[in-house]
Amino acid sequence: MNDLLLQYLPILIFLGIAIGLAAVILIASLVIVNQHPDAEKLDAYECGFPAFEDARIKFDVRFYLVAILFIIFDLEVAFLFPWAVSLGTIGLFGFWSMVLFLGILTIGFIYEWKKGALEWE
Amino acid sequence: MTQLAFPDLTLALPEIFLAAAAMVLLMLGVFSRESAAARTVSYASILVLLFTIVMVGLVTDGRAVTFGGTFIVDTFAVYMKALVLLSAAAAILMSREYLETNKIFRFEFPVLVVLAALGMLMMISANDLIALYLGIELQSLSLYVIASFQRDSSRSAEAGLKYFVLGALASGLLLYGMSLVYGFSGSTGFDALAKLFHGDAEHGVPLGVTIGIVFIIAGLAFKVSAVPFHMWTPDVYEGAPTPVTALFAVAPKIAAMALFIRIMVGPFGDLSDQWQQVIIFISVASMLLGAFAAINQTNIKRLMAYSSIGNMGYALIGLAAAGHSGDAEISASGVEGMLVYLAIYMFMNIGTFACILLMRRQGRHVEDISALAGLGKSNPALALALGIFMFSMAGIPPLAGFLGKLYVFQAAIRAELFTLAIIGVLASVVAAFYYLRIVKIMYFDAPEEEFDGPVSFEMKSILVVSSIFILFFILLPVPLLDSAAAATASLFN
Amino acid sequence: MIVQALAFYLFAIMTVAAAVMVVSARNPVHSVLFLILAFFNSAALFVLLGAEFLAMILVVVYVGAVAVLFMFVVMMLDISFAELREGFLQYLPLGGIIGLILLLELAIVLGGFVFSPEASEHFAAPIPKGGAVSNTEALGEIIYTNYVYFFEAAGMILLVAMIGAIVLTHRTRSGVHKQRISDQINRRPEDTVEVKDVPTGSGI
Repeated sequence: MNDLLLQYLPILIFLGIAIGLAAVILIASLVIVNQHPDAEKLDAYECGFPAFEDARIKFDVRFYLVAILFIIFDLEVAFLFPWAVSLGTIGLFGFWSMVLFLGILTIGFIYEWKKGALEWE
Repeated sequence: MTQLAFPDLTLALPEIFLAAAAMVLLMLGVFSRESAAARTVSYASILVLLFTIVMVGLVTDGRAVTFGGTFIVDTFAVYMKALVLLSAAAAILMSREYLETNKIFRFEFPVLVVLAALGMLMMISANDLIALYLGIELQSLSLYVIASFQRDSSRSAEAGLKYFVLGALASGLLLYGMSLVYGFSGSTGFDALAKLFHGDAEHGVPLGVTIGIVFIIAGLAFKVSAVPFHMWTPDVYEGAPTPVTALFAVAPKIAAMALFIRIMVGPFGDLSDQWQQVIIFISVASMLLGAFAAINQTNIKRLMAYSSIGNMGYALIGLAAAGHSGDAEISASGVEGMLVYLAIYMFMNIGTFACILLMRRQGRHVEDISALAGLGKSNPALALALGIFMFSMAGIPPLAGFLGKLYVFQAAIRAELFTLAIIGVLASVVAAFYYLRIVKIMYFDAPEEEFDGPVSFEMKSILVVSSIFILFFILLPVPLLDSAAAATASLFN
Repeated sequence: MIVQALAFYLFAIMTVAAAVMVVSARNPVHSVLFLILAFFNSAALFVLLGAEFLAMILVVVYVGAVAVLFMFVVMMLDISFAELREGFLQYLPLGGIIGLILLLELAIVLGGFVFSPEASEHFAAPIPKGGAVSNTEALGEIIYTNYVYFFEAAGMILLVAMIGAIVLTHRTRSGVHKQRISDQINRRPEDTVEVKDVPTGSGI
């Protein structure tokens, strides 16, 4: 267990340095710099104009469709990692079970292709 | 790493066939001409479901497990699977007209019903907590989608959303309970759990397991819409397209009940002291709510929602009786009563929903109970069929619904749950009021405009088959009773 | 060992704090960002437990995809969340009581924490004893063979999700000009081009 965690030690150190550095920079700018905030300075910057509207606008539902299809294939890929790592030991049975899994999702892929769900316009 | 023997696939052949068929149907739909796709896929999927029933009947061979003990096939599974597949096929058969008039007749509908049926078969055959969960998710996910199939109607979208959010909550409860059971027992397999808990009743079970069981019951009670987890039912039933409601009222309930029975009398069978009280409470609450809340309803789909809540209460009486510790014979009679009840419930509901689907005026479907006024004169055949179903639901003696109730009440009395039986009888008296009110509206109220004709062949055949079953079940109850008895016996061995 | 304990407390506190911020942040976009922070910290906790693969999945799937989807949904709905929050104080007592009850139940469960004697035999450790294979490899060795049924069932669930997403949100737009490559390739010069022999000086 400890061997495993030792491999992650560099990441932990990296994280520590990142947090420390970020804190130092923020605090330094807070302490050293003269602060005179006013309404204009704090305004959202929009090419020199006052902001026209809220930055949040309604998204088209098509973005959502693309995102959810992405998640599904993302999950499919996630299943490939342990499979690739252990392919040597699980033999043909393991190989074909993954092929079947990919086949099921390929059916879904053909469906969405034919439906035109992947086309934007 | 020990090389694993290849699992015995023949036992899961119906499921494999159904999964492959669903994918073939999807491809068939997407590659055929748009105008013909929905109709072709619809009829093909009915054939697929019926053929799967045959396959389910063929693979049975006592009790056998495969996939490392996570998948079980026994007579009980065969009985339940036949009911589920039959009701799914009936739902597709009934759906065409409704979907066509509402311009939502797309080929995805039958495909999703087939996939939901696959999930239900997996639930029924689950012999492991993970298998149970995957089956439930496959089923629910398909049902969430078809609940909002009429996506341009805000009511249908609302129904799908409500069903989804509360269903996800129920899945969360179920998973939490499963993780507790796993954490305290170290296994997810039903056989291993049954062995572990065997004889545990005396020296007490870990508290975590008890709480886990309660959470699992809560999750499953949601799926069968038993009080206090029923809140979604009326809204979803009212908002979803009517053929979808017909499916909801029958197939998922039967599958979830099968799961309920299997998990309660299987792995937790020796812990019945822990769960029997909970089941009794759920059952009483469902019967009472189903009886009283339905009285004031004006929408017939809402009324059927409350009716199904009540009916699940009656079915759960059987499970409560099955929790009788000590005598296996009494427990078996509880399960047997429940199986017969569910089969009869299926026929009554499919018939009633076929009648509701025929309530059309000027090409639009109406759902008000008052629209039935004078049906006895304007369409005597339809009124007669609906009358039969209503009398049967009310539990009027010679009809099948009466016998169904009789069997569960008998089981309750044998298990010495007298209060439960008495409350059940009282609730069914109250419930009879609103069923008979529909009959009164049909035959004694001033007639309104006629419903659209003509009745299609599909609808006619569903109505005729289910009313014949309800009417004449009392003359020839033996085949159903025998198969229910065989199914129960396979569960208790 | 002390570093491990310190790291655990750091990540655990961050996870809880981020989770509190998810529900209490005024701006829903900030809620999603805090959710991502919570995911990251839970991933770190998984690493501490030795479950590397789960940690990776959490980052790849949840942070990479699910959080993005949440962001889309938050953007898409464009609801004034301040209005939604108005009833918050009204429901606080009831919600608080339910939360308290759940907390008590949890305490009771933990208080009565007794494993079944046989339980320890069944337990699966994240890394098989002996440490010969990594966590990911250990998972790979059972998912595709012992648990092939669950694996393919998961595939079917993903298929349903795919169909569902398309059924519910996809609309075929009319009046969209699509490129039909086969039509383009099948087009022959004979069908479309006519070669006219124009005599000099006479015009067409």
